[in-house]
Amino acid sequence: MAQAVPANTKWWGGGRSPFNLEYGKLMMWYFLMSDAFTFGAFLIAYGTVRMSSNGWPDPNHVFQSAPFLGNGLPLVFVSLMTFILIVSSVTMVLAVHEGHLMNRKGVIKWLIWTIIGGFAFLGCQAWEWTHLWHEGAWWGRIPVYEGSHFLNANGSVPSTNFSNFFFTITGFHGFHVFSGVIINIIMLIMTINGAFDRKGHYLMIEKAGLYWHFVDLVWVFVFLCFYLL
Amino acid sequence: MENQHNISPEVTFHAEHGDTKSVVKKIIRTTVLLSVITIIELALGYAIFFLHKDPNHSTGLVLAIKGVIVILSLAKAFYIVSIFMHLGDEIRNMIMTIVVPLLLFVWFIGAFMWDGNSYKNLRNQYDDHHKQQMEEKPTNKKPADEHGSEAPKPGAIH
Repeated sequence: MAQAVPANTKWWGGGRSPFNLEYGKLMMWYFLMSDAFTFGAFLIAYGTVRMSSNGWPDPNHVFQSAPFLGNGLPLVFVSLMTFILIVSSVTMVLAVHEGHLMNRKGVIKWLIWTIIGGFAFLGCQAWEWTHLWHEGAWWGRIPVYEGSHFLNANGSVPSTNFSNFFFTITGFHGFHVFSGVIINIIMLIMTINGAFDRKGHYLMIEKAGLYWHFVDLVWVFVFLCFYLL
Repeated sequence: MENQHNISPEVTFHAEHGDTKSVVKKIIRTTVLLSVITIIELALGYAIFFLHKDPNHSTGLVLAIKGVIVILSLAKAFYIVSIFMHLGDEIRNMIMTIVVPLLLFVWFIGAFMWDGNSYKNLRNQYDDHHKQQMEEKPTNKKPADEHGSEAPKPGAIH
């Protein structure tokens, strides 16, 4: 894909940017790095509290419902959410690629698909939160009764740490998805108006794409920490 | 890319993106790879689910499976960042300014997990009440109103 940079290029010799990257795109990368630290801090706090607890609810028992399919189905619904996010990431790459080719129609088509994917993911999350709320889980609340599937793995009374961390971290991620969708909608409007054709390049789509992929990247770890481990 | 020149003064070297066919092929290959890894992760997740059904399951085996899942997730992260976000196509100087600071996570995760575990052990050793609480089972039946009126016992919050 990328042609090798000539070996004798003196990046630090002065007279050129040593990073060979447009300013806004470089700053998007540094923003994403700092955002990675924010999510990392949340997930590490979750891991630390979980390690310091004698018992913890079993995710396969807590997350075991899917709309229209009923209960007793661990991992089914969340894998759907994971695939939705992967697919919307792919459509975003394709939009960025059409941007390289200066193909406005292609960018519009793939951006629309990406936005649909984003809304689908948010819809799934809304369903899951509503479902858990109806079961009695919320910030500071966890359903405790005989046979509740929120009990610790050995059947003892769980603390509310589980629901606090779950709603805080998936909520923070969901907020990122939401802002990503808003950014993509703005990009779509600008593309339709021909703003990037006038500028002569589709770099803005690349920057929005970086943010959108980051949201997918974070989900890989949220999925890992809350549903698989 | 004829039309990509003069995007900004910072960009002095223009990487070729290749022809559309090879780019799309690479994207599809990465998509398939990510999907396959996710399916393997799900299979391993189900393996843990079924292992848990046996009360005498091997904790070591479950831990080993979880380790494999973590490694697979890191592989997914690598492909998303290097292919979808094109970080692999940037020049080395820039990649290092992103990747090296993130290496702090190696220490963060190790130190904090260790600390959490040590806190648990110290508490179990010196606080009998805390240890016994672990055996406390719920005695109430499922409430008729499902809207979570059931507050946990005050002592259960840590």
